[in-house]
Amino acid sequence: MTAFTAAVTVTTTWYLLLSAMLFVMGVIGVMVRRNPLILFMCIELMLNAVNLTFIALARRFGDIGGQSTVFFVMVVAAAEIVVGLGIIVAILRRRPGATTDDLAALKG
Amino acid sequence: MLDVVWLIPALPLAGFLVVLLFGRKMGDPTSGYFATAMVAASFAVTVGVYFDLMSLADEERAGHVQRLFSWIPAGAFQVDLALLADPLSLTMCLFVTGIGSLIHLYAVGYMHGDPRFSKFFLYLNLFAFSMLMLVLGSNMLVTFLGWEGVGTCSYFLIAFWHEKETAATAGKKAFITNRVGDWGFMMAMFIAFWAVGSLDYSVVNGGAAGMASSTSTAIALFCFVGACGKSAQLPLYLWLPDAMEGPTPVSALIHAATMVTAGVYLMVRINPLLGAADSYAPTVIAIVGAATALFAATIAVAQNDIKKVLAYSTISQLGYMFLAVGSGAYVAAIFHMVTHAFFKALLFMGAGSVIHGMHHQQDMRFMGALRKLMPITAMTFIVGWLAIAGVPPFAGFWSKDEILLFAYDKSPILYVVGLVTAVLTAYYMTRQVILVFFGKARWHDAHEENNAHGDLTPHESPTTMVLPLVVLAGLSIVGGVIQLPSWSWIPGGLAHRLEDWLGPIVHGNERELSSDAHDLSGMLALVAIACAVAGITAAILVYAKHKVKRIEPQLLADGWRYDQAVSWAMGKPGRRAFDGVAWADAKIIDGAVNGSGALVREAAGQFRKVQSGNVRNYAAAIGGGVVLLLLWFVVARGLL
Repeated sequence: MTAFTAAVTVTTTWYLLLSAMLFVMGVIGVMVRRNPLILFMCIELMLNAVNLTFIALARRFGDIGGQSTVFFVMVVAAAEIVVGLGIIVAILRRRPGATTDDLAALKG
Repeated sequence: MLDVVWLIPALPLAGFLVVLLFGRKMGDPTSGYFATAMVAASFAVTVGVYFDLMSLADEERAGHVQRLFSWIPAGAFQVDLALLADPLSLTMCLFVTGIGSLIHLYAVGYMHGDPRFSKFFLYLNLFAFSMLMLVLGSNMLVTFLGWEGVGTCSYFLIAFWHEKETAATAGKKAFITNRVGDWGFMMAMFIAFWAVGSLDYSVVNGGAAGMASSTSTAIALFCFVGACGKSAQLPLYLWLPDAMEGPTPVSALIHAATMVTAGVYLMVRINPLLGAADSYAPTVIAIVGAATALFAATIAVAQNDIKKVLAYSTISQLGYMFLAVGSGAYVAAIFHMVTHAFFKALLFMGAGSVIHGMHHQQDMRFMGALRKLMPITAMTFIVGWLAIAGVPPFAGFWSKDEILLFAYDKSPILYVVGLVTAVLTAYYMTRQVILVFFGKARWHDAHEENNAHGDLTPHESPTTMVLPLVVLAGLSIVGGVIQLPSWSWIPGGLAHRLEDWLGPIVHGNERELSSDAHDLSGMLALVAIACAVAGITAAILVYAKHKVKRIEPQLLADGWRYDQAVSWAMGKPGRRAFDGVAWADAKIIDGAVNGSGALVREAAGQFRKVQSGNVRNYAAAIGGGVVLLLLWFVVARGLL
């Protein structure tokens, strides 16, 4: 086990690859899923994928700027969740089982 | 008294408002007497202000401005609602309110029994207010306010009996023709503001000497275009004969005594500009005036409608006034305006009295021998006839004589035109007097022809109508004393009273008579008298003695077919041109506007389909955008 792990050095590239995978999962989720709650989680996934990139690169270059940016992203995301979840709850209460395709009132 | 100048227009305005609100309740004739009282009160105030101004020295009389409030404060453009009390405006106010109140009183009798009695007096009071604003305005814009006000009232009153198609049409014609003149007035205001940065008469007139002569010429001539419209001069006179469709007091007040003289007033008001203008500007005015005087007089010779004769006569007399203005005889122009207001208001009201007594018969061919049945009307009408014909010592003689004297000094040709007009004036007025008051009674024919109801025997008019006639007849006899010539047998103190009074206004611009004309003035007066006698004699020979055949060519009865020519030109080629303009307006101008609107609408209609309302589409768009941005970074910016 030790020998196996010793042979593998986890570099920044791994983190970036993971982040990219998470991001793509988020994108695909947004595109294909219709449940507003799942959609919302996918967006969070993308945000956190970007956060991961920031952290990885901040550590790699020893730059505190990346980490502090992540704080901002987290704060904004928290605020966004409060508002977003509030809207979603309100919608679902009014129209149980609604999908994003049903919510097309602003269709041009 | 000078600080109550504002009361002069305010009283008729108050009368207008009260009659507007309570006129119907006051009814016939209370509302009429109330309106009369308001104008008479305004006259009383005017007299008070007049005596106040009279007691001042010459140089202190001009330019008393009473500023009521700031009307249009817009940066460099400042217009106050301000009233100017000076000899000129006071002279105008005196006869506007004086004769105005007489005509109001007359109208109480004339309009008796009309279903819209109080409405009539409402308009009359509004007219008096507008006219007083016109003459008292201390800047061109206040004058223009009054100018438009009198035009509007004129429209209302001409079309007062609007159930009659002809009356409604005549009202519209007057209004539209006046718009052409108003355009001139507005142009004059624009140029004046551009040149001196103000519309105040004091600034504009004061700056006249300093501006380029082309500028002052332009202002003066554009003002003259406005004056041509309002005062019915060639080529814009044609609304005035049609305006006779209005009730007769309206014809007397608006279309003889006051409103139509507004143009002359304006020209006298801006006399420093005329003085500074190129020399051809006054000449143009004099020629237009003389031409109008002669032209209208020839038409009056062949008219059969009792009011139409007087209408053309008014145009002709206004032509005299413009001849005076163009000759630099501003005092004579105002003098003739005042005397004309006396005798023409008298003649119109006399004609109205006849029409009233004849049960709305206006055709002189069905009158005759009325002097026995309407003695007072006949007497006063005869006084008016002698005054307008230029028989001494009636008022018209003195004023016409003074104009002819100045015209002689300006150009002998203008003088001759004036003389011929004087002959014609005496001729057609004598013709009218004979046809109406003398000869055989011809109204029985009309009775049978028209199947008129009831008793058609003409009768004398009520006191309210006759009283103003008597007062005006008195004024027409003695009106000349305000400006007597300086002949040796006239006491020096009596001569040139109006000239001394108006001195501060026209000082320096009034034409200096050459010594030649001065010496000849007595001679010229004799020639004028001879002309008047010739005209009267000729008419007597034709219409009373029947020695000479009547000369009433259809061409003259049709007014040289000028009206028809204009109607034709406006109806056929003009109509097509207007249709073309309307088409261009509808298709090209509106088309461009509507086209750009439709274009935007169509484009937006396509574009809004992008907003599918589907969240996943938006996500895809964002994703696509990211990909494109990345590509751009990689390919164009050379990253990686």
